[in-house]
Amino acid sequence: MSKSNHYDAIVVGSGISGGWAAKELCEKGLKVLLLERGRNIEHVKDYVNATKEVWDYPHRGRPTQEMKDKHPVLQRDFVLNEETQGMWANEQENPYVEKKRFDWYRGYHVGGRSLLWGRQSYRLSPQDFEANLREGIAVDWPIRYEDMAPWYDYVERYAGIAGTREGLAQLPDGEFQPPIPLNCVEESVAARIKKAYNGSRVLIHSRTANITQPMPGQGRVNCQFRNKCWLGCPFGAYFSTQSSTLPAAMKTGNLTLRPHSIVTQVLYDKDKKRARGVEVIDTETNQTYEFTAKIVFLNASAFNSTWILMNSARDIWQDGLGSSSGELGHNVMDHHFRVGAGGLVEGFDDKYYYGRRPAGFYIPRFRNLGDEKRNYLRGFGYQGAANREGWDRNIAELGVGAGLKQALSQPGPWTIGMVAFGEMLPYHENRIYLDHKVKDKWGLPVLAMDVEIRDNEKAMRKDMLQDALELLEAGGVKHVNGSDWGYAPGMGIHEMGTARMGRDPKTSVLNAFNQVWDAPNVFVTDGACMTSASCVNPSLTYMALTARAADHAVKELQKGNL
Amino acid sequence: MERRELLKMIAAATGAAMIGGTALLSGCATQTANTRQFSAADIALLDEVAETMLPRTDTPGAKDAKVGEFIATFVSDCYTEQEQAIFHAGLQTLESLSRASHQRSFAELNQAEREAFVNKLDAEARAAAAQGGAPHYFTMIKQLTLFGFFTSEPGATQVLRHIAIPGRYEGCAPYTPGERGWAFR
Repeated sequence: MSKSNHYDAIVVGSGISGGWAAKELCEKGLKVLLLERGRNIEHVKDYVNATKEVWDYPHRGRPTQEMKDKHPVLQRDFVLNEETQGMWANEQENPYVEKKRFDWYRGYHVGGRSLLWGRQSYRLSPQDFEANLREGIAVDWPIRYEDMAPWYDYVERYAGIAGTREGLAQLPDGEFQPPIPLNCVEESVAARIKKAYNGSRVLIHSRTANITQPMPGQGRVNCQFRNKCWLGCPFGAYFSTQSSTLPAAMKTGNLTLRPHSIVTQVLYDKDKKRARGVEVIDTETNQTYEFTAKIVFLNASAFNSTWILMNSARDIWQDGLGSSSGELGHNVMDHHFRVGAGGLVEGFDDKYYYGRRPAGFYIPRFRNLGDEKRNYLRGFGYQGAANREGWDRNIAELGVGAGLKQALSQPGPWTIGMVAFGEMLPYHENRIYLDHKVKDKWGLPVLAMDVEIRDNEKAMRKDMLQDALELLEAGGVKHVNGSDWGYAPGMGIHEMGTARMGRDPKTSVLNAFNQVWDAPNVFVTDGACMTSASCVNPSLTYMALTARAADHAVKELQKGNL
Repeated sequence: MERRELLKMIAAATGAAMIGGTALLSGCATQTANTRQFSAADIALLDEVAETMLPRTDTPGAKDAKVGEFIATFVSDCYTEQEQAIFHAGLQTLESLSRASHQRSFAELNQAEREAFVNKLDAEARAAAAQGGAPHYFTMIKQLTLFGFFTSEPGATQVLRHIAIPGRYEGCAPYTPGERGWAFR
């Protein structure tokens, strides 16, 4: 234990947004305690699988029955594999209740899911921030794109986002490094789509937090095209807490990182109407500690930040700190996906590629823009890639023998595929809540999930499929076929909402600078704060919101307001 | 969200989905595996069947990649009880079919007999896969032979190509028919 348990600021959670909070607050001179419920993972040193090849794994990367038994939730989808074993929360120690099916993928370790994320990085658009107001959905965002633009610039420059400037209103440009290249098949399909839709639908480079130019200031080397990002990158080529924000925070000398620390509640001073710190269980000793600070940033991941609020100040508010609005835990969102299409591309048999990309292409939203009104609100984008088929293709006519081996040793035809990611509306009825009957390993109440997609999403999914087929046909793709493979909330691993930002304490949990209305020195800047979901991947927005809130927090501290 | 995996989902239009790689069959029985053991003879038989499918030519074959051993490990650890039962019964069926048709064990067949025998099983398994229902044991053997071979070091680096650190991406490189494919995307 450190001698003093007092800091200027406490940051709870060390994932994408917590890493940013720690960096920003430390760089502004605050003494910061960064709490992480899981174990430490040191950059490079602890990336135990980063340089393994698939044959180094006994099961070549596939999950064993034992792993499936241990991870009844994760085994539902691809995320459970031999390569990332040990990088997902222990489901026995950390149960939750599924009132309705909810696939919750949790990274309980330093860096959180910043080590495992998909790295797609897009800005919300002006329209995204205005949509709730214009359509009378939920509540209005308390901020506009203009409030966010300089912060998007700021975090993009530091995180390092590869992409292209496209001049699209629905997908604002940013501060990009050179893109990760498209291959010739993707370029061909892009050209045909552009022509067919007269530029109203476009296929562009994905925007991804993989650097294509070295960032020596952060000790990061540009992407080496191994496509093993989820194992931790020894080159620091993708943005993670470990590669980017944590070293910056450490460098200031102001950071104390404390792993194995579960925050059980925010300690609330009802006279001052401020938080005075947090209570922590040390998971190695099972001892309980109090840490105090002038400000607290909750960045424990959307649902866990809300869990902390729900478990705090319950002597004053039965449903916890921030519940006075009646919205704490409500308005859960994710991105609904697993609808897509694919097909064959002919005419490129004399072309191949070199290197393995950690990215592909993106087709930005084109539905319900301008005057268009579909039978649903909002829209979706597509992520995809073209590749030549490999040894795992089907060659029925060859049977077995030397001929089969010879054929499979060569690349197959070019295929292209893409999957839609759709916006989910914030419904008050979609909620999480504390279930006091079920306890985790530490005797703490667990979350119950009661979330489903509704008519708007279901109607959108029809377009997600139909438009995918149509786009690929227009792109010159042959034998196009698509499907809706089904979706359960959580599968997008983009949990949002449950402590939304707003303009009115009666209808929102957080104000325009992510401060809890009922305790303005508590900031929530992870996915919990989202007022609507947009259809783009959200992490970049958490980074920008966090940097903006940290700036505000320090200014308010200086003014003596907190 | 790992996009790479999503694309595999699309590419899964190939006959039967990877057995033991999905949760499809694991809902009912997910007790700890390893209740059935593979004997040395089983592994030798798997090696011979695998070598028939992917023989050593001027490049390594299934035996060089120790495919029999890999299959035994994979089935024991990654298959459900139900799938393991199908697999082990299938190995016995394979041997008894060989004895019924050739009065010899599979290992005693000559190369031409082995190929004809395995091709017949392959056709039977494809027909069964098209019907749906429980997976055919030969589908299992073939999937694991291909998977085990092309993800082995000899398979990935000598039959296919692999460069650990490519350093760059070229999206429009020339390709001449006959050149080996990349082991991984």
